[in-house]
Amino acid sequence: MMRGAAGPTLVLVLAVGVLVAAGVTLLLERSLTRILLGIILLGNGVNLLILLGGRAGAAPFAGSTPPGAMSDALPQAMVLTAVVIMLGLTAFLLAVAYRSWYTSGDDEVQDDLEDRYIVRLAESNEVSTADLGGEGPGGDPEQVDPEPARRRLRRDGKSP
Amino acid sequence: MSALVPLPVVVPLLGAALTLLLSGRPQLQRSVSVLCLGSVLVVAAVLLVQSYRFGPVVVRVGGWPAPVGIVLVADQLAALMVLVSSAVTLCVLLYSIGQGRAETGETAPVSIFHPTYLVLTAGVTNAFLAGDLFNLFVGFEILLAASFVLITLGGTEVRLRTGSTYVVVSILSSLLFLSAVGLVYAATGTLNMAQLAGRLDALPSDVRLTLQLTLLLAFGIKAAVFPLSAWLPDSYPTAPAPVTAVFAGLLTKVGVYAIIRTETLLFPGGHVATLLMVVAGLTMVVGILGAVAQSDLKRLLSFTLVSHIGYMIFGVALSSVAGLSGAIFYVVHHITIQTTLFLVAGLVEERAGSTDLRRVGGLARIAPMLGVLFFVPAMNLAGIPPFSGFLGKLGLLQAGVAAGGVLPAVLVAAGTLTSLLTLYAASRVWNIAFWRAPRLATATPPARLPGLMVGATTALVALGVLFTLLAGPLFQVTADAATDLRERTPYVRAVLPRDVP
Repeated sequence: MMRGAAGPTLVLVLAVGVLVAAGVTLLLERSLTRILLGIILLGNGVNLLILLGGRAGAAPFAGSTPPGAMSDALPQAMVLTAVVIMLGLTAFLLAVAYRSWYTSGDDEVQDDLEDRYIVRLAESNEVSTADLGGEGPGGDPEQVDPEPARRRLRRDGKSP
Repeated sequence: MSALVPLPVVVPLLGAALTLLLSGRPQLQRSVSVLCLGSVLVVAAVLLVQSYRFGPVVVRVGGWPAPVGIVLVADQLAALMVLVSSAVTLCVLLYSIGQGRAETGETAPVSIFHPTYLVLTAGVTNAFLAGDLFNLFVGFEILLAASFVLITLGGTEVRLRTGSTYVVVSILSSLLFLSAVGLVYAATGTLNMAQLAGRLDALPSDVRLTLQLTLLLAFGIKAAVFPLSAWLPDSYPTAPAPVTAVFAGLLTKVGVYAIIRTETLLFPGGHVATLLMVVAGLTMVVGILGAVAQSDLKRLLSFTLVSHIGYMIFGVALSSVAGLSGAIFYVVHHITIQTTLFLVAGLVEERAGSTDLRRVGGLARIAPMLGVLFFVPAMNLAGIPPFSGFLGKLGLLQAGVAAGGVLPAVLVAAGTLTSLLTLYAASRVWNIAFWRAPRLATATPPARLPGLMVGATTALVALGVLFTLLAGPLFQVTADAATDLRERTPYVRAVLPRDVP
């Protein structure tokens, strides 16, 4: 980092750009391992971005550095927290990828349920007609509905 | 009194450590978790009364004054959220204990479940009480990390497939939130929300809009607002019933809470009101159309969950006191009702062997109590008049009409349509699963449903009905909270007593 308050160095800004771009590219892959690598790169890019938000300078120790030349310690503290969180999440995702490979043979992220259902319907050239409520009173022997037709007849008989 | 504020976060965390130590003794472990969540419930009730009567309760963690140190703030909105969420988590915990005891169907590995569940609760309450953006981020991370464990519980192939989608999407939204936090700090030099309220106002409007949209994008993914909601209906239904229930009730609502907080405290003035309204309308209509097309009860409920998020976003977009008040009331109502419905779906699965509507039927005759437990919250969700769902929707629609203009009018129409379609979806489930000739997906002889599961579900149904009976006082609290949110000064003055911007 450079000294003074003229803003961050271009190198760091470029590094953020490259890390985020590479991370996003890897995130678009199907394999969970590559997605994991993408998340790591993306996370590092974001952490660098946070670091850019604070002022660069000397170590922030009272007494050894004049207050004007101190670096901003807060973004560094935040980055530390974020790094720890990312480490935990990365470890978890690694475990998921391993378990996925263990149970299904590969770690590919599959299409979701609805997608596969629609593809199956399209392949067999069918329409999704699932009217599940189409069961009249005749379908249930215990259902005791009064028969509407007879009632109408009786009313007809009353009124001339 | 301010010593009470950290307790909803600290007690579940300590409880998590204790339950992990007690993993060899399930009975003791259960009592510890119930005791923890019970005490959080009591603390939350005291905090709500306190913040309603005397304004926001603030605690400075470690004794550092506000802009330097971290603050936890329990204003009316936060206290109300903590109260409702702890009531719901307690009921779901009892339900899961009942399920674990029954040994029918699926049993969660108890030794991991309880600590993780308590950590999840701590994360949720921390997000509600957080007084600065980074602490809000940490709260989100705590609850997400716990939710990752809960959603892949057991590690079966199906759960890993859906769980990995959920994990990746959640991490991505967290990274977006983190970069927004970094950008906010770079632009203003602080993350304390009360101080940000003043400093963000002084920023150039384009920078401010960029920050607002980045935060909104991150929270939009978490809250499952329409174009960002595709992950939800695919990942929630595969988890165990109590886990799905608590996720559906709470996790998206934490996102909605974050949207309410940032849109009122940090970025007031409704600069993105049009965007929010369009998105809210699309969330309602697209979500409920998805629900109508589903043939599985859990997936159907997941789609109604997405759809009804739209109502809350509509209230936020109106940014009037009536709109915000309606949105907060709707959040409270929806947390309870959506959780109840997922618990009932779990009971249906327990009794009938499946939640697939093609395979179950006639449950109202086989298990009349189950019918009642489904019918009341389903009609409540659809907004049938006496219930709180009707009152919440009515409040929001009235606020929309009062706002005037074309877009709010369109939104009012969309809200009415969504309500009707929800009624259609709910009565379709009723007709198929509860009303036709009895049909079960399991051949095992019927065992009595465990009393604790039914009891916990009944308690939540009763809570939903209680919101109906107490709608007057509840609306008073939400209107008061909305007024405070609109004014901003009560919050800012409570956190930073010296310099009010």
